[in-house]
Amino acid sequence: MEKKSLRMAYGEALVEFGKTHPDVVVLEADLGKSTMSCLFKEAYPERYFEMGIAEQNMATTAAGLALAGKIPFYSTFAVFAVGRAYDQIRCGIAIPEANVRICGSSCGLSDFGDGKTHQSIEDANIMCTIPNMTVLNPVDAVETRKMVKAMLTHQGPVYIRINRNDLPVYTPVDTDYEIGKMYRIREGHDVAIFATGAMVWKSMLAADLLQAAGISAEVINVSSLKPLKKEEILKYVAGKKAIVTADEATRIGGLGSAIASLIIGEVNLPFAQIAINDQFGTSAYTYEELLERYGLTENHIAAAARKALGK
Amino acid sequence: MNEGQARELRAIAHKLRCNVLEMIGVGKAGHWGGSVSLAETLAVLYFHSMRVDRANPKNPERDRLLLSKGHAALIQYAALCELGYFPREELGKVKSLNGLLQGHPDLTVPGIEAVTGSLGQGLSLGVGMSLALRLDKSPSHVFVIMGDGEQSEGQLWEAAMAAANFKLDNLTAFIDWNKIQATGRTDEIFSIPDLDKKWRAFGWEVLTVDGHDVAAIAAGIEQAKTVKGKPALVILDTVKGKGVSFAENVATYHNGMFNEAKFTQAVQELAAQQETV
Repeated sequence: MEKKSLRMAYGEALVEFGKTHPDVVVLEADLGKSTMSCLFKEAYPERYFEMGIAEQNMATTAAGLALAGKIPFYSTFAVFAVGRAYDQIRCGIAIPEANVRICGSSCGLSDFGDGKTHQSIEDANIMCTIPNMTVLNPVDAVETRKMVKAMLTHQGPVYIRINRNDLPVYTPVDTDYEIGKMYRIREGHDVAIFATGAMVWKSMLAADLLQAAGISAEVINVSSLKPLKKEEILKYVAGKKAIVTADEATRIGGLGSAIASLIIGEVNLPFAQIAINDQFGTSAYTYEELLERYGLTENHIAAAARKALGK
Repeated sequence: MNEGQARELRAIAHKLRCNVLEMIGVGKAGHWGGSVSLAETLAVLYFHSMRVDRANPKNPERDRLLLSKGHAALIQYAALCELGYFPREELGKVKSLNGLLQGHPDLTVPGIEAVTGSLGQGLSLGVGMSLALRLDKSPSHVFVIMGDGEQSEGQLWEAAMAAANFKLDNLTAFIDWNKIQATGRTDEIFSIPDLDKKWRAFGWEVLTVDGHDVAAIAAGIEQAKTVKGKPALVILDTVKGKGVSFAENVATYHNGMFNEAKFTQAVQELAAQQETV
């Protein structure tokens, strides 16, 4: 299946929509060639602010720009975008509901070589706990572009996390996109797999494995981690015999917990959570090695589904 | 500035102190010290130096004032109330559950431009606003007031470098150099000597004025605004708790409580000062 770069899609979308939206400005902390915000610098140098390696100041400067009417997008690695600037996001951006767009690039384990200091397994979990924050985790390059477009008119702060590695494209180019909606990628009737980001790809492979074993799996792309809508979840669990969640993040406060907390007491189905145990990442030569090490492959997802179904 | 204008601004500063005392009242904790050290500065800014549109607090061409030392919100509320931005009765409800005025600056209050209170962040907000206003070719100027205790926050120095890097001459910062922080003297808690030299080394134009002399403050602001190609800092040499003798230079009144007797004494001292304004 064709794989495409989400980071490139992010940078290209900034350029595309920067043309139609003169209020879009971009801030970067010396990682523009990695996050691909550098494309915007080439197109609109006067609206691009290189903030140096100073993420806290970058976050609050973005807040100031937003409060003065701009639509600032700031990007750096997810671990710094969120972790280094948590209180700046909380106080300067989230409390006043400033229209800041925060791009956490190289999220999850996707920066495989740099190891635990640069991998970000908790960024989305942290951001989901902050009131007023919207949290997006695109499945592919096409959805990344649609999200950037949606962020132009969305009111309030948004966090988007971007995988460093090219991923298969599942999103049709021409369909509508709406923040807060879930998107079914594959229909099935035995088990509902709610996956996000790169785990949608792994869940699609798991669905193939399950099909070979006579199990029909539905794969739902949960690209809006917040707002996470109960009615969307209920729509897809209706008629299923088990639920599996899959996200490339620490399981504490991740997608599994979030879905469970919304349907507890209302849906009584076997439930399995594929996520990273309470531990940091590590260096590896490839992304795939890490997904194997931390239990995030199609085999892990398929096994969890079979166990939940008692098969 | 002629003596008539100066007298008027001193009277406003006095009124702001009285408003702060009214907000704190009896038996409630409130940030007296670091609020009233700024009484003259806020009187000069809001009632003399800044572009203010009383009829439209959101006028895009207004100047912006950010209180990076957000705990001094009471002095800003005192001034915004005098500008008529909210009903006077709100002063008595400050920090109450159903009141308008939060414990720290919040966008719900007309005239408040940003959320501050987590220290060290106000200058970065000012940098962002200055960049936006410059892109828009706006005549507006951005003013940011920091504390001296706050100078230990690292982000503030990131912002200092950024403002110089971007040559933001539509940004003027202040340090309320009152020499006392929450738990004691700043030179004893965490000594940061030679603030003026540090800021100059970070690329700023720096001047120091008597922070209780309205004419000196106004002249300092005028001078700061004439600086081109770099940001300017005005260090305000002030007395923490200024205006009430027993609370001056006393760290307890950083966020202290007035009992009935102390409150009465404070009211009397302020009343006596009114005659000499």
